Amino acid sequence: MTGVSDTPGPLASAHAIAAGVRAGTFRAREVLEEHLARVEALEEDVHAFNLVLADSARMAADAVDADVAAGHDLGPLAGVPVALKDNLCTRGVPTTCSSLILGSWKPPYDATVVQRLASAGAVVVGKTNLDEFAMGSSTENSAFGATRNPHDLTRVPGGSSGGSAAAVAAAFAAVALGSDTGGSIRQPASLCGVVGAKPTYGLVSRYGLIAFASSLDQIGPLARSVRDAALLLDSISGPDPADSTCLQDDPPSASARLEGGVEGLRVGLVRELAGAEGISPDVVACTRDAAEALSGLGAKVDEVSLPAAVYGLSAYYIIAPAEASSNLARYDGVRYGMRAANHGTDAADITEMYLRTRSAGFGAEVKRRIMLGTYALSAGYYDAYYGQAQRVRTLIIRDFEAAYETFDVLLAPTAPGTAFELGAKTADPLTMYLNDVCTIPSNLAGHPAISVPFGVGDDGLPVGVQVLAPALGETVMFQVAAALEAAAPPVALPSILSAGRTG
Amino acid sequence: MSAMAARISTGDVAHVARLARLELTPDELERFTEQLGAVLEHARDVEALDTEGVPPTAHPLPLVNVLRDDVVRPSLDRAEVLAAAPAVEANRFRVPRILGDAP
Repeated sequence: MTGVSDTPGPLASAHAIAAGVRAGTFRAREVLEEHLARVEALEEDVHAFNLVLADSARMAADAVDADVAAGHDLGPLAGVPVALKDNLCTRGVPTTCSSLILGSWKPPYDATVVQRLASAGAVVVGKTNLDEFAMGSSTENSAFGATRNPHDLTRVPGGSSGGSAAAVAAAFAAVALGSDTGGSIRQPASLCGVVGAKPTYGLVSRYGLIAFASSLDQIGPLARSVRDAALLLDSISGPDPADSTCLQDDPPSASARLEGGVEGLRVGLVRELAGAEGISPDVVACTRDAAEALSGLGAKVDEVSLPAAVYGLSAYYIIAPAEASSNLARYDGVRYGMRAANHGTDAADITEMYLRTRSAGFGAEVKRRIMLGTYALSAGYYDAYYGQAQRVRTLIIRDFEAAYETFDVLLAPTAPGTAFELGAKTADPLTMYLNDVCTIPSNLAGHPAISVPFGVGDDGLPVGVQVLAPALGETVMFQVAAALEAAAPPVALPSILSAGRTG
Repeated sequence: MSAMAARISTGDVAHVARLARLELTPDELERFTEQLGAVLEHARDVEALDTEGVPPTAHPLPLVNVLRDDVVRPSLDRAEVLAAAPAVEANRFRVPRILGDAP
């Protein structure tokens, strides 16, 4: 990481930016302009954003600087440029989910996390690209075109929070928010060489997060360091009266024990995931190296078995589509978003308007999942598919509970491989789904998990390793993640930054 | 698990599409039938697990009822909400006919 002197360098941490802005060492506006210049130079190649909010960001940065000048106490993210996944509602600013069906919809309210970022002094740089409605693992299922991986522009950034991961990797923003339903923060973090965390279910309010699968969705941070990810998470977590699924107790601190080390902690290497079919040998090697590194730092590392975990994929691809088919029924062309052309009022009846609007508005992957979910919930199949998937979910939770009797945290790969070529997996949905095999179990259990860069694959591209913890185990999870980060081989700069094309 | 035995047919997919208010082209119908079949086939691997007597989990955390004080609070602005609608008439969402002709 570049040190901060008078002006922040391109890879300045959120911590360094906030400290410098609050101390008056440099201005939020300078930090922003430095990031916007990089967006200007490189965004055409990366396409991390659906919308860059340069004007409103300048106003927000100037407001922060005015507050500093007036001697006001500023929040922990003062002047920090942040990118928002475009499924988070922003009042008066288009929020698309990378879908045509939302048209040019401008939400009449801000998501709770957006309000909290503003109170903390953050500056929103833009809305990032995603797989439509967060359904995908490559950000290729976007109505507005694919995002590219800053480490190799011929490869995908992962998904569905691929725009947020790419924005952080390319230093378009210091940190970003994503959402994770089956791995959508952690997998792109792994492929883009950044840190990404899915918090405990209910730790972060989802008011204003456009729903995909409500028993699985969580909002979480992406950052270039564990410490920045913890800072961002601590700034958005906590009870919210606007979300009845949000936990009502004070949240655990992600930042509390970042320097705590791992001496004496019990770490379980998940046997089924570390050696699962389809996981590349180079990824397995990085995961085992990570386990060895923790062992070298004094952790007690042993293998642990989660026999039901590998069945998570099958359960997930019934449960998530089932919930999606219900959540996405609201896109009917009546109250907001698009209505199919020439069917404003002259459709034969409302059913025809629904059919034409939804058929034109949703992309292929969203249609597949809606139909899969509708099928799994339909008469005659409900118990065989949805009921069985829910029972598998119970078995996975039991496996975790047993493991956490012996271990403080678990270790597993994040993604089965490094970033793949654009188009490599678009023809076969099932191949794409297999990307999520290591990340899904945490979503099904509602547990937190974080991906930390640890080494590179045979192709030289970044590999992430996951630290998993029990519900509300964020403090120990970030503690281990910080130790892992400190022990990891250095992360190479993305090629577009190291090519000397920008300062 | 007998319901899982038969592979999903184009007829099934056409029916499900109709339920989900989606209209498929003949090409889409063919392709989606093939793709959904492959995913459902993969889902059958859970048959290997003994789930006899295992309760289903619908939600990862125990849900509690959340109540708030019954006090008036600001709600969304009507003009702002209606401005986002595809068609509006007399301060209401306008939609095509919802009822058929009288028999």
